[in-house]
Amino acid sequence: MGGSRNWQSRRLLGVAMKPFEQVVTEHGPTVLRVCRAILGPHEAEDAWSETFLSALRAYPDLPSGSNIRAWLVTIAKRKAIDQHRARSRQPMPAGELPDQPATDRYPADCDDTLWAALEALPRRQREAIAYHHLAGMPYAQVGELLGNTESAARRAAADGMRTLRNHYRGAAS
Amino acid sequence: MTIDTDLLAALPPADEATITRLQARLVDAATAEGILDVAYRTLDSPVGPLLLAATGQGLVRVAYAREDHDQVLAMLARRVNPRVLSAPARLDPVARELDEYFAGMRTQFDVALDLRLSSGFRRDVLARLPDIAYGTTASYASLARAVGNPRAVRAVGSACASNPLPVVVPCHRVIRSDGAAGSYAGGPEVKLALLALEAAA
Repeated sequence: MGGSRNWQSRRLLGVAMKPFEQVVTEHGPTVLRVCRAILGPHEAEDAWSETFLSALRAYPDLPSGSNIRAWLVTIAKRKAIDQHRARSRQPMPAGELPDQPATDRYPADCDDTLWAALEALPRRQREAIAYHHLAGMPYAQVGELLGNTESAARRAAADGMRTLRNHYRGAAS
Repeated sequence: MTIDTDLLAALPPADEATITRLQARLVDAATAEGILDVAYRTLDSPVGPLLLAATGQGLVRVAYAREDHDQVLAMLARRVNPRVLSAPARLDPVARELDEYFAGMRTQFDVALDLRLSSGFRRDVLARLPDIAYGTTASYASLARAVGNPRAVRAVGSACASNPLPVVVPCHRVIRSDGAAGSYAGGPEVKLALLALEAAA
């Protein structure tokens, strides 16, 4: 009995544990977009590196059936906070990201106008958009990450998207 | 929702060059920290692309394309460790030796091996294979005698068939007593090609 259960859990574990390379290939670009949206383009690369190194460290112990993308985004948010706290001259309240990301020039593959508009949003709206619209997380999870409710997360994303849409229409015309 | 998706589509995904650079950085950091448990690369060879994978102990797997490299990587994640990353530089020494072998310039391999994917009788058989000199062959029956179990001809055959390190551990030098090449992980034609390469060099 115990033997067969053990076999089954090993099987499940085997199904869940893809080679980590596949995790990087499947989720690396999305996590970079999320990091860029919440931190700005240059700090984003350091946050990406820290996120995947930390994920690699913990990967063998990740419970089977975990939502890998949500797990990575959660780590990315933590790394983004750590990184910002380390670099910021002014002490930040614990668990907070900057109101404005670093305003360096964006890399060549970025649409400057839209990134700049995203950058101008309040932090909560920017994060809600990144987690929901870029990473595809449901609002309940976004709310958990932001430390508020599902409906507050939904509202923050909607408000931010409205501003972006207005801005983008304005820029395009 | 559609409008939002279209809008955010204007935020392009990261370009491939950036991702490649970040992946290389990850490999360096993981190596420095000692958590790159399985490194791999592929190598173009005259017998098709070969997958090469190594642990900290040594080369752990060589696989032919017909074995399905994705399946082999999934097996390594399951049986060795899921911390599997593409890290070509780690495999450079063995890749160089294989290039030399296929050019007829090398008769034996000088890289550390990790035989953890083989155990028991099969591993005993594999341990004997490097004794079969380059350019020569041995029969399954004579190998069974050499491991002290002359009746285990079939078991010797399956040990060779399950060799996790083909080419480097030369199971291709074991043939049938009637002189036929017998089966091979890379296909019978690849076995004949390797024997021909060694005979010509």
